[in-house]
This record gives sequence, structure tokens and C-alpha cells, in this order.
Amino acid sequence: MNDKDKNASGSKMNRRDVLKGLATVPVLGAMAYGTWRKTRQDHVRSHKLAKELNMSAEEKEYTPFKHDGDTIRIGIIGYGIRGTQLMKAAGFAPPKTIQGWKEDAAKDSRNKRYSDFLEQDDLNIRVTGVCDLFDVRAGDAMAAAANIGREGNGGQMGPTPKRYRTYHEMLASDEIDAVIIAAPDHWHAQMTIDAAKAGKHVYAEKGFTLTMDQTYAVRDAVKASGVAYQLGHQGRQTESYLKAKEAINKKLIGKINLIEVCTNRNSANGAWVYNIHPDANPNTVDWAQFEEPCEVKHPWSPERFFRWRCWWDYGTGLSGDLLTHEFDAINQILGMGIPTSASASGGVYFWKDKKRGDYVNEIREVPDVWNAVLEYPDLDFSILYSASLASNHNRGKTIMGHDGSMELGNSLTVYADRQSTRYAEQIKSGLIDPELPIYTYIPGRKNVDSVATATEQYFAARGLLYTYRGGRRVDTTHLHIAEWVQSIREGTQPSCNIDRAFEEGVSAAMGIMAQRENRTIFWDKDKEEIVKS
Amino acid sequence: MLKDRDYSKWQLWSLVILRVAIGWHFLYEGIVKLLNPNWTSLGYLMDSKGLFEGMFHSIAGNAALLNVMDFMNMWGLILIGAGLIVGLFSRLASIAGIVLLAFYYLSHPAIIGVNFAMPTEGSYLWVNKNLIELLTLWVIVLFPTSQTIGMDRFLFNKK
Repeated sequence: MNDKDKNASGSKMNRRDVLKGLATVPVLGAMAYGTWRKTRQDHVRSHKLAKELNMSAEEKEYTPFKHDGDTIRIGIIGYGIRGTQLMKAAGFAPPKTIQGWKEDAAKDSRNKRYSDFLEQDDLNIRVTGVCDLFDVRAGDAMAAAANIGREGNGGQMGPTPKRYRTYHEMLASDEIDAVIIAAPDHWHAQMTIDAAKAGKHVYAEKGFTLTMDQTYAVRDAVKASGVAYQLGHQGRQTESYLKAKEAINKKLIGKINLIEVCTNRNSANGAWVYNIHPDANPNTVDWAQFEEPCEVKHPWSPERFFRWRCWWDYGTGLSGDLLTHEFDAINQILGMGIPTSASASGGVYFWKDKKRGDYVNEIREVPDVWNAVLEYPDLDFSILYSASLASNHNRGKTIMGHDGSMELGNSLTVYADRQSTRYAEQIKSGLIDPELPIYTYIPGRKNVDSVATATEQYFAARGLLYTYRGGRRVDTTHLHIAEWVQSIREGTQPSCNIDRAFEEGVSAAMGIMAQRENRTIFWDKDKEEIVKS
Repeated sequence: MLKDRDYSKWQLWSLVILRVAIGWHFLYEGIVKLLNPNWTSLGYLMDSKGLFEGMFHSIAGNAALLNVMDFMNMWGLILIGAGLIVGLFSRLASIAGIVLLAFYYLSHPAIIGVNFAMPTEGSYLWVNKNLIELLTLWVIVLFPTSQTIGMDRFLFNKK
């Protein structure tokens, strides 16, 4: 071979040279052919499938909410855990908190809380009033409201807002246009009614009300006043729900018969056994005002003040607190409204003793494991809710139909059913594999088509995709408040308006009644009241 | 270093097939990314673990840098793959391939105590397929074939 090569390597290129030099080039042809065959097969499959499913390819353009016009002056009622989150979503956090975020970001470049907060749109609002019954929290709320420069320690501060001792004084002030109500559930109804009567726009946290009776009065007051009302189900801003609605309207999963939704948490905090602030005492907390709506008054209890969700006097349990998020998600997709009947059961099964629950004086009343069934005989389906506050096992929302099922989260995945009538032929011909999704929607994906790659789905499900693209991570609570603020300016009603809130409130109240009275609760939709059967 | 002409026929063609096979793997990985308008290395980078995860995460966190990395990775794979298959600038392609594979290995090292979101089809401890491919490319560098079978023959073998 050496001799031959020596001959071949003469100054003049011969045929052998060319053949050896180009010997492996045909491999490129094989690659091109293989790639063409594979791409074509994928294309034909996805094209046929797309035609069959008829889902629109367009992604909803994210239209930013408008913030021009007059500055809206907001009062915050309640600056506890949720109140703090709402203020942050509205663009306000105390300097010490922002300082902490800055330091965390300096230590770990992956920590984006600071940059996310700075990138959040300026909603053109000011917090001009603060009301909290605990002095420490009221002080923090004032510091947050004054921090208009969104800076850490030593930044430039705006005017300190007024602290109101009661929300009545706040509502009487003409320096307030709108209120964010993040007080405990037992105050929601009265505060909303009073705010609406005072002509103040309302963003209120769920649960809608503490009791069934209150739902009517709140709806009447809000409707009579015409204020912009938004109930705090930020899931309304989840884009995948819009695609889910389209998929259901186009009968991708056929006749829906069962919907399964869940909550899973597994920490003291998740079970509402929050920390008790060391500075809380009868001198720093207006306990009498906290207890005002209660029929039976209780002596000063820091446990009840901070962990109010654990007692029926103040909270709505898993029904009002967490079923409602799931209910509202399904209600915006299916618009099923109030169920014909509700049954529920559960108990305090894990956070039941003083040591485990870190209770001081009293063990919680509100169940930590709770299940409810909402029946819709007119629509031929049931909604099953089950919740545990002592297991983190991850379960999504599933909508089940005769032709397929849909898994919902930030992304949306539709599977055909093996026994489906609609897809019988396509399954037989091999176009549809029931093991693989027939439709996947990942918000933010550049082009939406029916089949996403396995890797994409894998990363999306773990929240690793489209979180940092463009450097922007959008908080749904921020969007929900922004939508409300825009509604105030435009004189319209936001997405989770009083009608949707009433449906949520009645459904949650039925769940609570069903469990506490140990019976099935029936709703007459024409009379709009609870009936015997 | 051995010259192409010192190999037996079997040795030469075995090395050529190895070179072409690695080239094929690179080229197809590149083409797949080129053909998928949604492709981005974001998820892969965010899934990084080990000593260098901070570096890979900061690339993922910077949109401009991420675009550059996506572009370089995609076209790097295509050019390296094509170079190895046709035997053009084969040595350069092999070294570039080693660098690329080193990044993959450092991003997803098969070390004890880390788990990746990215599913794998096998079981690995310290040595994984990226590392083996990297070492194989080093063999390709030390045992070149492109000046005999490949377009490098036209460039480097004129005398």
C-alpha cells in the first residue's frame, strides 16, 4: 500500500486520488436521504393529526396591561403572608426585604427574585393607606408602600402612607380609590360590602366569604355599586387554560364525564401552622377588632391570630382556601358554575397533636385531609377534589372524556383514549398512539404545533423551560392585579368578577356545609338557594 | 505519530468507519437542532449539575449569551460532523468536537449524588457516553485517516 500511495501522491492528481479523497462523501447523501425520510414522516403525521384535531396554531399574544392615565391610590387591608405577596406583585416591598433579595442574588446568580421584581411593570399606582391590626406588620406595610424607588436599605423613599386603625376609617378617606383585602376570611364579606358601598374598587382574596348567607349580600353590594371587583384567583392569568378551553370546544377529549383536581402540601407552613411573631401581644395587636365578626368571642390567642386558617371562626378550610383555586381553574375552562350537589368528608389526620403541629394551647379544627365531590347532573359530569396537607405527592388536574383525557398545569397535554369512538380509526391505522400525547401546548414556545419533542415536554413539566427566555419570568398574581387596575381605569370588570366569585363562594360554602353537617348539600339554580334535595 | 500510510488496510478502514460514525452522530444532532425552530439549549443548561453548574446556569440566564451559545453549538455540531465524515480539516474538527463534548460532560457529569431531569438510556458512573466519544475523538486525532481517505488528501498530501 505504501508504494501505491507513493505513486498516488505525485504532483498530478490521478483517479485513485480523487476516489480516495471523496470516498466518504456519499455518506452525506445517505444522511440527507435519511433526514428527508424522517422529517417527511414526522411532518405527514403531525400534519394529518393537526388537520384531524383542528387546533389553532396561533399563540395568544401577550398584550401588556395599560398603565397610563391617573395614578390609582390603593389601600391595603391586611399585610400578613398573602398581603405581603400581593403588595410585592403590585410593586411594593420593604427596603429590608429588597436588601435581602439583592444579597441573595449577589451570592447566587440563579436567584432571580430581585431582578424579577425590578422587571415587573410599574402599574402606576400608589399605596396611600395601610390597615393591619398588628403594629409590626402595619409598620412593614408602610415601609413597603413608601419604597417607590424599589430599592434596598438607604434608597430614596416616597411619602409614608397613612396607617388607619380600622378599615372603616380607610374607606371614609377620599385619598383612597381602591382597596386590596387580604384580611382573614371571616372579614372578607363585611369589608367587601363596606368598600363597595363607599365606592372603592375591590381586589379581595379568596375564600369569597366565610358563610353561605354572606355570598348573596356581597354580590348584591358589589353589583349595586358598580365598582371593579376582582377575586384573588391568579390562575385566571394562566395561558394554557385558554388552549384547554379551545381543545374542549373542539371536542378533542369528547364527552367529559369526570374531572379530578387536587392539592398536596407537606409542611407546617403549608398546613397553615405559621410562626407566631415574638412581638405580638395584646398591646401590639388589636385583638378585639380581629374578633369583631365572631359570634362567640375568644380571649387573646396569638395562635388564633396567626394561624386563623386552622379554626372555623375565621377560615374556610381546604374548601375556601384551596378547592376554590382548582374550582376557578375548571370554571374558566368549562363555565360549569355552581354544582347541583356537594358532599365532602375529611379530618384532622396528621397535624393532630401538640408536638407535631407545634400547637400552643389548641389543636386545629379544620381538616388537613379533605375530599369533596361536586355533582353536575345537567352537564353529566362530577368534579372530584382531594387534598392532603401531609403529603407532597404530585398530582395534576385531569379532565377525562370518552375520547381522551387532558392533563393541565402550566402546560397542557391531551391523550387519546384507547377505546375512543372518535379516534378509533386513527388508532387502528397507527396515526394515533394512545401512549403518546396527540396535542401538547407549552406557553411561550415559538411555534405551536401538535407534537412537542419528548425532551421539551420533559423540561417544561419541570419548569425548566421558558422561565428565563428573554430574561422575563412573569408572576400570575402581578398580572391579576394589573388586570384589576386596568379595569378600574377603563370602568370594566376583570376576569374573576363578582359573578364568578359568587359561583366560587357558593360552591366552597356547599363543601364546608357538607362536611360540617355531614350530609349532601343541594343547590337549586333557579331559586339560587340551598334546598332539601 | 503514526502516518496514514503505516496502517494495514483493515486498520485504515476501521479508523475511517469510526471517524465517519462519530461525524454522523455530530451532524445529525446539529441538523435536528437546525430543523426544529423551537430548539434551545436552555433546558439542558438549566439542568446542569456539578462543579460548573453555576457557569452553565449563568449562560442560560443571559438571553443574548444563550442565543450565541445555541448558534455556536448548532453550527459547531454540523461543521464538525460534516468535517469528520468527508475528512476535511479532520484534525481541527476532532479537536473542536473534543471541546464541545467536554462542555457536555462538565454540564452533565456522571458523578455520585447527582440526578438529571434529562432522561438517560443507560447507567453511568464517572464514565458516560460523552466521555467515551471524547476519548474516541482523541484516538482519531492521534490516528488520522483523512489524508488517505478524505478530502484532506487534496490539501495536505500533495507531495
